[in-house]
This record gives sequence, structure tokens and C-alpha cells, in this order.
Amino acid sequence: MATYNTSDFRKGLKVQIDGDPYLMFECLFVKPGKGNAFYKCKLRNLIRNSILDRTYKGGESLESADVEEIEVQYLYRHGDMFVFMDNKTYEQYEVTSEQMDDTWQYIKEGMNCSATLYNGNPIVITPPNHVELLVEYCEPGAKGNTATNVTKPVKVETGAEFQAPAFIEMGNVIKIDTRTGEYVERVRT
Amino acid sequence: MADVPDRPAKEFLPSAPLEHLRFRACLLRRLREFFDQRGFFEVSTPVMASETVVDAHLDPFRVICPIDPRCPDQGPVAYLQTSPEIHMKRLLVAGAEAIYQIGPALRCAESGASHNTEFTIAEWYRCGDNLEGGMRVLAELAEQLLDRKPTEFLSYAELFQRYLQVDPHGVDTASLRKLVDSHGQWKRVDSASRDELLEFLMSQSIQPHLGGENPTIVYDYPASQAALARVRAGPPAVAERFELFYRGAELANGYHELTDPDELQTRFHQANRLRTANGRQALPMPDRFIDAMRHGLPPCAGAALGFDRLVMAALGIDDIAMVIPFKADRA
Repeated sequence: MATYNTSDFRKGLKVQIDGDPYLMFECLFVKPGKGNAFYKCKLRNLIRNSILDRTYKGGESLESADVEEIEVQYLYRHGDMFVFMDNKTYEQYEVTSEQMDDTWQYIKEGMNCSATLYNGNPIVITPPNHVELLVEYCEPGAKGNTATNVTKPVKVETGAEFQAPAFIEMGNVIKIDTRTGEYVERVRT
Repeated sequence: MADVPDRPAKEFLPSAPLEHLRFRACLLRRLREFFDQRGFFEVSTPVMASETVVDAHLDPFRVICPIDPRCPDQGPVAYLQTSPEIHMKRLLVAGAEAIYQIGPALRCAESGASHNTEFTIAEWYRCGDNLEGGMRVLAELAEQLLDRKPTEFLSYAELFQRYLQVDPHGVDTASLRKLVDSHGQWKRVDSASRDELLEFLMSQSIQPHLGGENPTIVYDYPASQAALARVRAGPPAVAERFELFYRGAELANGYHELTDPDELQTRFHQANRLRTANGRQALPMPDRFIDAMRHGLPPCAGAALGFDRLVMAALGIDDIAMVIPFKADRA
């Protein structure tokens, strides 16, 4: 197991605390002009979904979470469950919508994602950094308006809504950055 | 279309909106006017130098200065300044009476919502000022540039009394440890030093309440946190150090300056001992600066202000990336 020093602390780090894996989803660096640095962290228990507030002094460290990352393919949604398949072993995994958080917005059937396994069970699904999604509905945009700073909501094939430039039309395929939820570019008209 | 490199979209753009940068330029001009009107003159001391201030918690960038450009990894070591303090004090020793400087400072491994590794520091000194005089200049600056007054003055002891009902100078360390432990957030309390416990309480339980309406200046710090401030005999002995807070953020730190060269050397050695105890490298003694102190630093007060934080405070913004053109992660 690797060890993370406070200088490695950042959003997205997976660490082990008191025997459970946690996701660091906030890390605030606090340091007076004269004095020690403190890191105020918010961590989410990846098993129980509970939130932990912890403060660390500069120089302290945490163990990396005892988890495994594998590549999976999204197969289909079955009620409240999202079903994925391990691309190597063809084993199938079910993930609850609660565990999915807002990841459902980005994934469509057949898409490869990364799954974090803990004791053989998937606890986090991470989509690719960029995904291409078909626009299923939007208000018509002004023809010839190529400005990217005027945006409107567009509904994509996953059922999610994103902000996209006014020139985007129904049937276009757009690229979304899944880390920020922001529109990147139009891929196809 | 060729595949877009796998980094967040539009990273080439500035991290701050241009209107914030225009506002920043305006504030910078007003800051210079503030000092010019009071008879300070602006100086530019070296950003890179062979000497650096020895502080227990500040880590300067260490650079190699190649003599032969074909051997870029060989040459004497220099440091990038964590603040212009030691060079500005050498100017005071040489006879400058009131000086200020606004320029870059760099501190390793400091990055966050209110920290950027490279930031803009405004620092000033005036001979003849004592603690009160030094605090007055800082209060006037805050009132004028933030357009808020009057400034509230609170001693460190009053603060701890008000928010935690303890006497920070008199309370025993075991009680402090208990107090910190009751927060339940910091797990390594057992090995924490007295100053670390006080710093934890100050930053977690007190600082968020400071300067909510008007600027607040805190003064008379524990003698163990004097840095380069003069210590006034007690009891309790306190450091004539002062800090400015506004809306929960620390904006500036100042001293009625220590002038005793022997005491200064002792503090540098203490700082180095703490550095090595915390796994850091000791820093070399800044001999030219110590020589200057032996020659005689006139009685004076000075302070350093995080200019980026002043811009944040004036705009009511809590992310430093929004007030500097390019934060380190996209520079």
C-alpha cells in the first residue's frame, strides 16, 4: 500500500482510514503567514457514504485505500441498478444509483469506464474524461450564431441536461468534459 | 478532427476574469499612492539571492546559478525570496527611513484557495514606529483600500478569552490539548506542541469570526510565536507582532521589529532546529544580513501584506485563482 503525504493531498484521492476506504472530495490548505500548515479535508466513506471532517498538519500522512481499479463496460440500466461488465473476465457488476452519484449523466450503453473495487465489489464508477453524446432535444438556435459565450440547456441521450452554445441543434453530437460537466466542442452535426 | 489532448478544456485561458484584473490594477495604483503620500519610497530588492530568511515554516525555492551555461546543473545555490524582509532591513541599516516594495514572493508547496506558490507581496518599514505606530499604518491602509472603518484592535489574549474562554498565555498545555481534542478533527493531538495547538485553535475556532464587518488587527502574540518581532517583558511576555484579518482571512503580518542581533541569531538557530525536527533542511545563516543587524537596525516597525488577498477581500471572492491572471496550475 502506498503512503500519501499531506503534499500529495488533493481532491479525488482515495485513502484508508480506520479500516475503510475514503474519497477525499475536498481539501483546504490553511496556513498562517507564520506557523504550521493544516489541511482541512472532507472525506466520503466509500462503503457507507458517510462524511468525515479531518484536519492534518503538514507532514502527516495517510495510507492509500485498499482498492483495485479495473476497466468495465456499461451494459444497461435495470431499475435502480446500473450493470457493468469486466472487460477481461466478463464478470458482471451491479452499482446502485446512489453510488453512481451524477456519473449516470455521462454514460451510455457500451461505454468503457473505470471501476474502483473494494473487496471485489464496485464502489465508484469513473467515466472517461471526455464523452461524446447525442443531443436529443433543445430549443432552436439562431442560424449563423457561432458565438460560444451564449449558451442554452440541451438534453442529451443519457437524459441529462448540459449548457451548450446557442448554435447546437437537435441531432448534433457534442463533447462533454466529465470532470467539470462543461461543453468542450461539437463533434458532428 | 484530431483527438483533443486529455486535459481540461480551455486551460489556456486566464484563471481570473479580465474585470477582476482591471480592478486589481486600480487597487495596486491606490496602494502605491497610499505609501507615496506618506513619504515612503518604493524599492526593488533581489528576488533571487544567496541569502534567505530562516523561518521554521517557510520553504524557499532553491535554485542553481550556472557559471557555465553548458552545465546548467552546476553552480552556486541561490534562493528565491519568501519575502523581501532581509534585504529591505539592510536598506534601513544603510539609512533609508521609510520604504515599501510590491513584488513577487515564492513559497514552496503552498497552494490552495487562498495560496498560490508565487504571489504578490506588499511589504513596508518605517523607522521610529513602535507597535502602535506600525498598527496605525496598517489600519489606515486597510480602511482606505477596503473602504471599511473603524478597524477593531484585539489582543491575542482577548481573542482567546472571547471565543474560547481561556487565557492563551497562562493555560497549561494539557488543557489546550483537551480543547483541541474536543473538536475531534485532528487525530495527532498527542504529539502536538503548544504552539501547534494554539495555531490550530486560532485558525479553526477563532479566525473565521474575525473582521466580519470591519478590518480587525490582532496584536501581542505569544512570545514563542515572535518570529522577528520584539518581545515585551511580562508577565506574560508577549511578541509585539500584529496581524490584519478581514472576513475571516489573514491579510497581513507585522512587527515592532527585533533589533538585537544576538537575539536574532538565537531565533534563526531555533528556527533551524525546528526545521530539522520536522524533517526539513536547515537553511544557511544569512551572514550579510546578520552583519547589517550588528551594524545597527534603527528602531522601526514593518508589515507584509498578501496583495492578492487584499484584492480578494475587496471583491468579496474566496478563490485566489479569480484575482491572478494564471494560477500555478495553468501557468
